[in-house]
Amino acid sequence: MSKQLNIILLSLVICLCSVTILALDTTEFSDAKQQARYQALTNELRCLVCQNESIAGSSSELAQDLRAQVAEQIKTGKSDAEIRTYMTERYGDFILYRPLNAGKTRLLWLAPILLLLLFCVIFISIVNARSKAIIEDEEVV
Amino acid sequence: MSKRIIVWLPLLVLIALAILFYKGLYLDTNKVPSPFIDKKAPSLILPDLLNPQQQVNLADWKGQVVLLNVWATWCSGCLLEHPVLNAIAKENLAPIIGLNYKDNSQKAKEWLQKSGNPFTAIPNDLSGEVAINWGVYGAPETFIIDKQGVIRYKFIAPISLDDWKNKLRPLVIQLQGERL
Repeated sequence: MSKQLNIILLSLVICLCSVTILALDTTEFSDAKQQARYQALTNELRCLVCQNESIAGSSSELAQDLRAQVAEQIKTGKSDAEIRTYMTERYGDFILYRPLNAGKTRLLWLAPILLLLLFCVIFISIVNARSKAIIEDEEVV
Repeated sequence: MSKRIIVWLPLLVLIALAILFYKGLYLDTNKVPSPFIDKKAPSLILPDLLNPQQQVNLADWKGQVVLLNVWATWCSGCLLEHPVLNAIAKENLAPIIGLNYKDNSQKAKEWLQKSGNPFTAIPNDLSGEVAINWGVYGAPETFIIDKQGVIRYKFIAPISLDDWKNKLRPLVIQLQGERL
């Protein structure tokens, strides 16, 4: 019995220690600028199969195909905006890790400013109310 | 009075957040809404799996409501779905086009021989390029295309018999009733 347990524990340890080997992206460009654009774009596009990875980081087949698309389009002279449009036309805004500052997702961008303003208003009103209360107290004294 | 509301405000905010997060637990983020709904279907012209000299062109079915099913033998969900597709095909309600997505053609043919072929035509997308143009990110996925060649619905997951009876079939019948 304890021998069996040992085997199970050992296999667990082996499983936990095994290293996940990621497919290395070997796409190369002759132009360093294009290489940089490729890196930036593939890091900004979500892999829809494994949604918490970018297509740069994912080794899924779809991510490989989409990386190849990005590389090809960069080489044929497409702009970043054109490539992003190509992706969103097919996969929707969800493929962009950085939400658009337009339409439904504009609120996400405005939220920090709106919240800051709201808290400023609350802060000022509290300070005002307290200083008024202090002045009234002093008048009473 | 206004002070009372302020006292309760944190609790109300907390309850609202709790409801929001509870709902979020059950959101299925694996189902990404397709940007193609109510848009013209992208072109689909590919060699037929069973008859590679022949080109399958989706536009040839214009005037009919069509199911486009994305499948492959490497996709376990597709194998699960296959008997349902067979049952749908038997009803003879609408043609099922079976886009074979990045599959081994030999294996695909063997699978169809063994399990039956529900497809009216099987465009063979070896590179997956056409699938990308359709925004496919997995399999199985099923599109419903109306008589005008407009994508009206996308189902992401293996279709169950219940899904077919309660969701897809009523929609197909509704779309067949639309005027061309």
